[in-house]
Amino acid sequence: MLRRLLILAALAFTVIVVILPVVSIFHRAFAEGAGAYWTAVSDPETLAAIRLTIVTALIVLPLNTVFGLAAAWAIARFEFPGRRLLLIVIEAPFAVSPVVAGLCFLLIYGAYGPVGAALADYNIQLMFNLTGIVLVSAFITCPFVVREVLPVLQVTGLDEEKAALTLGANGWQMFRHIVLPNVSWGLAYGVILSAARAMGEFGAVSVVSGAIRGQTMTLPLQVELMYNDYNATGAFAAATLLTFLALATLALRGLLHHFGPKRDQAA
Amino acid sequence: MSLFSRAPLSRRRLVKNSLGAGLLAFAGLAGPAQAEEQEILNVSYDIARELYAALNPVFAEEWKAETGNDLTIQQSHAGSSKQARAILQGLQADVVTFNQVLDVQVLADRGGFVAEDWKSALPNNASPYYSLPAFLVRGGNPKGIEDWDDLVREDVSLVFPNPKTSGNGRYTYLAAYAYALEASGGDEAAALDFVGKLLKNVAVFDTGGRGATTTFVERNIGDVLITFEAEVENIRAAEDDGAYERVVPETSLLAEFPVALVEKVAEQRGTADIGRAYLEFLYSTEAQRIIASFNNRVHDPEVVEETADQFPEVRLLTVDDVFGSWEEAQEAHFGDGGTLDQVFRN
Repeated sequence: MLRRLLILAALAFTVIVVILPVVSIFHRAFAEGAGAYWTAVSDPETLAAIRLTIVTALIVLPLNTVFGLAAAWAIARFEFPGRRLLLIVIEAPFAVSPVVAGLCFLLIYGAYGPVGAALADYNIQLMFNLTGIVLVSAFITCPFVVREVLPVLQVTGLDEEKAALTLGANGWQMFRHIVLPNVSWGLAYGVILSAARAMGEFGAVSVVSGAIRGQTMTLPLQVELMYNDYNATGAFAAATLLTFLALATLALRGLLHHFGPKRDQAA
Repeated sequence: MSLFSRAPLSRRRLVKNSLGAGLLAFAGLAGPAQAEEQEILNVSYDIARELYAALNPVFAEEWKAETGNDLTIQQSHAGSSKQARAILQGLQADVVTFNQVLDVQVLADRGGFVAEDWKSALPNNASPYYSLPAFLVRGGNPKGIEDWDDLVREDVSLVFPNPKTSGNGRYTYLAAYAYALEASGGDEAAALDFVGKLLKNVAVFDTGGRGATTTFVERNIGDVLITFEAEVENIRAAEDDGAYERVVPETSLLAEFPVALVEKVAEQRGTADIGRAYLEFLYSTEAQRIIASFNNRVHDPEVVEETADQFPEVRLLTVDDVFGSWEEAQEAHFGDGGTLDQVFRN
């Protein structure tokens, strides 16, 4: 009896909090028919927003993957001064509100910030363009890979790596054949979380974007703008695209989950 | 809800006009001038997107016809205070088209982005069009709302955005205050009492105009929505016939939409002449007609005559006349300890 109640409660919660809102996005997007939906989705500004969102993710992900792997490995394998501090600092983006993060970037890299003003002399502008959006997205998503890879490294320990080195492997070979296979599942999971977050980020990007239509509007910004324009169909159509991107990352995660362990055994 | 439908007449005019401009451009192609790619950025307020989407192609055609150059006009839209701050931080705006005078003034006061005399650089205080706080009531006007006095009746509930957070809400607050001040022969205590009653009648305080509209239309709360007349008409046009009615009070407050050239940026980018021509274009009969089709009031005599049926007569007070200036109104009413704080406390 209790078990059934628990299951029922869990299901009801999922329906109310997750499924209903997602369904309503599609309902609103198609409220005026498939034709209106298609027009809204193929709007040049919406297309530009999709492109910018994906380009941003494609730039941010390799950056964070390399940095995340390096940081996690350094923290797990070496004792160095500032190690604990690094661990805390890497997690700061989890704790700081995205809007505050965006404002901080603006204060440092904006026209009157110490860095921004110096670069302005060379006609280099970091904010209100792709660079600014990439910078804040990298900040917002930087903890994910570290947080996923670090525990795996800590659990697997040093034995295999030492064995590889004694058998004559160089650093790269050890990394390629021991470390990477060991952390692959955690790494992939971290990258997917980063991707989802980078594509969905609103607050920080909103502060540094400059909101230039067709140029610096990411999909989440586009959704808000269209909604404010009383263009509900357009807003929800763009929202379905974001949902598709999210579902695609989820599917990718499912695939990795399915194939991941086998690869680990092979390694 | 759909995109707002516009008057078919103005659509047709628009097409005709751009056709004309297109022919001119075609004739211009015969000339020897080398076509150049040019670009300006118009940084604007949040709900002006469709208006400028209609205006920009017309100007681009004209510019092409006149100079032979291909002009791209980029648009940025967000709350105008946020936009002003972004420009101060380096957003490369060539022109601003805002809905708050103070947000342009900030650009003049801090770092001289805009000329100190920007208000006199263009006609009508550099405001190519204007609007006013007006009322949207439910079909048949069941509560018999006619003027500001009806809004403070005990049986009436109101929806308008919070003046603390919204420029739109500030206009409503100041309009009500100015009305009461005049009606009582300049008695500030009576005016304060009046806006106090007005705030007591508010059913829901949303943070912005868009939220207030949702509250009134989709959540079906309140008897009266107070917002800019252009918004009132746009909402009415988007909904079923007869579901809502517009009420324009006898007296309201002039809401200006100031524009200015961001000289500091435009001169550096070499776009100052385009920016100036663009802002002047907003005053042309052709542009004014498009602007009026979005339910904004304009000054062009020809367009005023054509659209006389569209806009009921109203007597407009100005912020400068009633409150001295925007700076003074801001400080006396919305600053810390201003009248709004006092009224909220009671």
